[in-house]
Formats: sequence, structure tokens, C-alpha cells
Amino acid sequence: MNDFPFSLEQKTILVTGASSGIGRATAIAISRLKGNVILTGRSEKRLNETLNQMDKGEHQIICADFSSNNVLNLICQSISGKINGIVHSAGILKTLPFKFSNIDVLRELMKINFEVPFLLSQSLLKSKLISNESSIVFVSSLSGSGKIAPGISIYAASKGAINASVKVMALELAKNKIRVNSVCPGMVNTNLNTNNPNLTNEDLKKDEKLTYPLGYGEPEDVANYITFLLSDASKWVTGANIIMDGGATIH
Amino acid sequence: MTENYFFEKFLEQFEESDLSQITIDSEFRSIEEWSSMMALVIIAMVDEEFGITITGDDIRKSVTIRDVYNVVAARKTAV
Repeated sequence: MNDFPFSLEQKTILVTGASSGIGRATAIAISRLKGNVILTGRSEKRLNETLNQMDKGEHQIICADFSSNNVLNLICQSISGKINGIVHSAGILKTLPFKFSNIDVLRELMKINFEVPFLLSQSLLKSKLISNESSIVFVSSLSGSGKIAPGISIYAASKGAINASVKVMALELAKNKIRVNSVCPGMVNTNLNTNNPNLTNEDLKKDEKLTYPLGYGEPEDVANYITFLLSDASKWVTGANIIMDGGATIH
Repeated sequence: MTENYFFEKFLEQFEESDLSQITIDSEFRSIEEWSSMMALVIIAMVDEEFGITITGDDIRKSVTIRDVYNVVAARKTAV
């Protein structure tokens, strides 16, 4: 084990959704801790923008669209050596009152937020691309842990599915010392939240003031916690749904 | 989409309020049941019923039900 257990030196981490928000901040944070990153996302241009903000390392870009059918093969075949961790950060949000829920939105959100990250972990494992003592981190949501808001029944379900399955994966993979956790952030200032066309800036400001003692989070706040979970410093942490919410659930 | 049909669909979303005095020129925020959740409901109704996307900001800038109708009608023509 490394003398400095928080270091990610000699670790290669796959980060999905690395082109924006929490995924981008995580890729950058990993590079600062000397880790190597395999960045995936839809837009090569935006992945390169992330890469340009990272410290130098043996980084790799894989352009992949989670809504396409061959995304699992594409990613598995593009990875040459074993990896030491995965950060599942790709995700989408759509707010819709329960009464107006429909099968198309249900399938879309479940696919991008749950099915693909779940199956990607499975495929990589089966392809023997995940080293023993790896760390798998799912970016879930406070809403997957029961702290919810109106209009997100489908989104919350997709994150709840992650939170439940993380525990089973953690149990099954413990013999390989592979750890599986989810982080459950409350509102973070990312495009996913601040560009939600259904909410106004006034709505968000009011919510921030009323609900968040420390205000909304920044992508870096979540990224730093994720790097801890990727590092050997957290080698005793597995099967956890870790809430980070600026105090929103104190009340 | 007629004005009347839109008005009818708009009112249909309310379940507990006395709507007898409400006209298309009424301020929708004066309806007792109005809330930020109702804004989400109206946005979803407009999408499902008319295939038009309106935003939280469109609702914020509107005062009367007719204001919302005008946003939808303008977008419907533009499509």
C-alpha cells in the first residue's frame, strides 16, 4: 500500500460522464492526485476540454453515447489494461409530475441512470478488466435515499435502484476486495440542475436558502469525496450510500 | 387549439379549488391551490396535450391564464 493512502498514483480510473458536472470535476481531481483517467462521454470536444484542465498523466478518451446499443462493448473493447476503479457519473434528470409520468421517460431515465452503469460494471468485471482491491463509485442522489422533491418520481426510482444494488454488489465482490459505494449528493450547481427548464432561478434560490444550511454544493465538493472513495484511505468502506447535502437532511 | 380548450385543460389540473369565478383573464396565482408543483403540472400538461415545451420561466413571467395561453399559441404557430 502507498505511504500516502489518499494518493491515486498508479491507479487507472474509468469516469463516465466526464464531459461535464461532477464527472468532469472528478476526472480533474483524480489527475491532481496522480491517477490516470479513462474519460468517457458523448462529446469528444467537451471531453478534451476536461482533459485540458487535468494534470498530465496516462489519460485516455473514449467517446461513447449511453443511449446507443453497443456502448458496453465499445467501452470494454477500448480498455487495454486492468482498471482500479470506476466512477459512474453519467446521468440525466427530467422533472415530471407523477400524474404525467410515461413509459418513454421511465425507460430513458432507467436506462441511462441505472441499466447502463449497472451493466457496464458487470461487463467490465466479467471481462476481467477490474483489478482486485478496486473501488466502484456510483453517483446517485439524495432522492435515491428518500429525501425527495416533487416531480422526480422516475429520477428517484433510478437512483434508488442504484442504491439498493450497490449493497448487493459490495457483498458479492468483497472476496475480491472490490469496494462498491454510492454518493448521494443533494443539489449541486451543475447544468443538470441549474439548466432544468422546469425550474426558475427564483425557485432554486428559494430552495437553497430554505433547505441547505451550507447552500448548494459545487461539483468539486462531490469529486473530492469520490477521490477518497477511490483511494486506499477508504479501504474499509463498502456498500454505503453516502449522503452529502450541505446539511439539507439535518432538519 | 382553441382558447377555450386550453382554458378547460388548464382548469382541469386543479382538484380542490372553487373555480366558478375564474376566467381566462384571472391571475392563476390567485387560485388557492396554486404552488410550484402546479407549475410543473401545467408544463407537463402543455407538453402532453399540445406537444409544446414551455419553461418554468414562461410561467414565472405570466400573470393570467391567457398569458400562458399566448406563450403556447405563439410557440404552436412557430413550429
